[in-house]
Amino acid sequence: MIKVRNLKKAFGPKVAVNDVSFTVEKGEVLGFLGPNGAGKSTTMRMITGFIPPTAGEVSIGGHDIVAKPIEAKRLIGYLPEAAPSYADMSVLGFLNFTAELRGLSGDAQKKAVNRVIEMCFLESVVHQSVETLSKGYRHRTCFAQSIIHDPEVLILDEPTDGLDPNQKHEVRTLIRTMGEKKAIIFSTHILEEVEAVCSRAIIIDRGAIVANGTPAELKQRSTLAGAVTLRLTDGSANAVKGKLDGLTAVDRSVIVSESPLIVRAFPRKQIASDDLAKAVGEVALKERWSLLELSTEAGRLDEVFRSITLPDTKKEDAK
Amino acid sequence: MKPILTIAKRELNGYFASPVAFVFIVIFLLLSGFFTFMVAGFFERGQANLETFFTWHPWLYLFLVPAVGMRMWSEERRLGTIELLLTMPVTPWQAIVGKFLAAWAVVGLALVLTFPVWLTVNYLGNPDNGVIFASYLGSFLMGGGYLAITAMTSAMTRNQVVAFIVSVVLSLFLILAGFPPVTNMLVAWASPWLIDGIAAFSVMTHFESIQKGVLDSRDIVYFLSLIVFSLFTTSVIIRAHRAG
Repeated sequence: MIKVRNLKKAFGPKVAVNDVSFTVEKGEVLGFLGPNGAGKSTTMRMITGFIPPTAGEVSIGGHDIVAKPIEAKRLIGYLPEAAPSYADMSVLGFLNFTAELRGLSGDAQKKAVNRVIEMCFLESVVHQSVETLSKGYRHRTCFAQSIIHDPEVLILDEPTDGLDPNQKHEVRTLIRTMGEKKAIIFSTHILEEVEAVCSRAIIIDRGAIVANGTPAELKQRSTLAGAVTLRLTDGSANAVKGKLDGLTAVDRSVIVSESPLIVRAFPRKQIASDDLAKAVGEVALKERWSLLELSTEAGRLDEVFRSITLPDTKKEDAK
Repeated sequence: MKPILTIAKRELNGYFASPVAFVFIVIFLLLSGFFTFMVAGFFERGQANLETFFTWHPWLYLFLVPAVGMRMWSEERRLGTIELLLTMPVTPWQAIVGKFLAAWAVVGLALVLTFPVWLTVNYLGNPDNGVIFASYLGSFLMGGGYLAITAMTSAMTRNQVVAFIVSVVLSLFLILAGFPPVTNMLVAWASPWLIDGIAAFSVMTHFESIQKGVLDSRDIVYFLSLIVFSLFTTSVIIRAHRAG
């Protein structure tokens, strides 16, 4: 549905987005990750046709966004970053206006407006003017606008920004259910969101794609992935560490904390995490450690994110 | 065509939801009444025409029309709704025309509401209603010209005050280029063809000739091309702004 090829945007000498390519098919939810200023919003603005690319192509459902903007824009629902809406309009007036611009009229328009009011929990404020609304309501009003024509492509720039935890949960559920039938791109810097909602994630840093895969695949790039963590009631941290280091499967182990006592063992290369867990379990039984917990780490997205997107100088410091 | 109407309808609602339209209409009616009857002495002259009424329009519009139009695009840029509007399936040209027509309708409504002046002059004497109709049309076209200039300046900035001041200055130039006190001053050192050439760009020259009751196509073409040119420039500015 969404094809992005070698997309580039330069503002004067500053390159905001450089050679970005990816595709999103129907039924996919693509998470767009990156630090602030990485070029997420700029990329989304090019995909939705708000700003023209310096080079490269965007095609939506086969329509080029530059050559056939009207046809392409018809297929897109867009929630801009600041969730703007006309302050002097009522929520109902605003939704009716956007529905009309989307070419809806009569019964279909009424139905569409009622549907999004219900989906976005706006019943209690429909007659209020947008400027009197709290941030969360304003945000949902703009979100409602983006799905009013039941678009095949949905571009959401930080859809959960400024919402309370309950609302965040609602919006995530909404995105996940809609993602079964639509092609969705959404940007965020909340990493749990990516795991909860996305079928695929792209990490973008300084205008270029630095990682692209399912959340599980990305997590495996974490140094933590495959490590086994032990939590014990008592005992000497160094004794436990010494025993673990003695195992052939263990590359190295670290004491995470002394009290409560937590020790983590990292596998050698080529060692499956299950084999490591088995070996650690055996030694624990033999030594009669009073074990509270033994778990295998799946890897953490935030760690992957940090290691990929930190500037090189800082990466050196972190080591 | 439909998107133009949808956008124009929204803009009109916006003008009347905020006090902009009411303030403009009320002030315009008060001031035009004041200048016609108190300053120009409509009754004392004892002439059955509306010359004293229309003479003031270029000057009233100078401040009032930019006040109506200054929010047209600067507000969109300030609120960020321009991003919403231009990612809808509408062309920038449709948005520009829709917004312009709505603001022009407000100006037109203010003009229509001056009808008591017309009733008065018809009650008191037998004016040439053809001349009055032509003057109304000329005034409406002139208002459109100022408004298109304001559309252009409001696309340049997110600050309404800046948009207002720049459009007042531009409009003032269009008045003064053909304003007799200014052109008479220039006669001393500029050749007549140069003065005529500059005056041809002035709204004064064209409005005055329409006010005589002659609907010359050149005057109408002048105002229409002023509008089209300014709106075209608006589209160029908006495109440049998006391209970054």
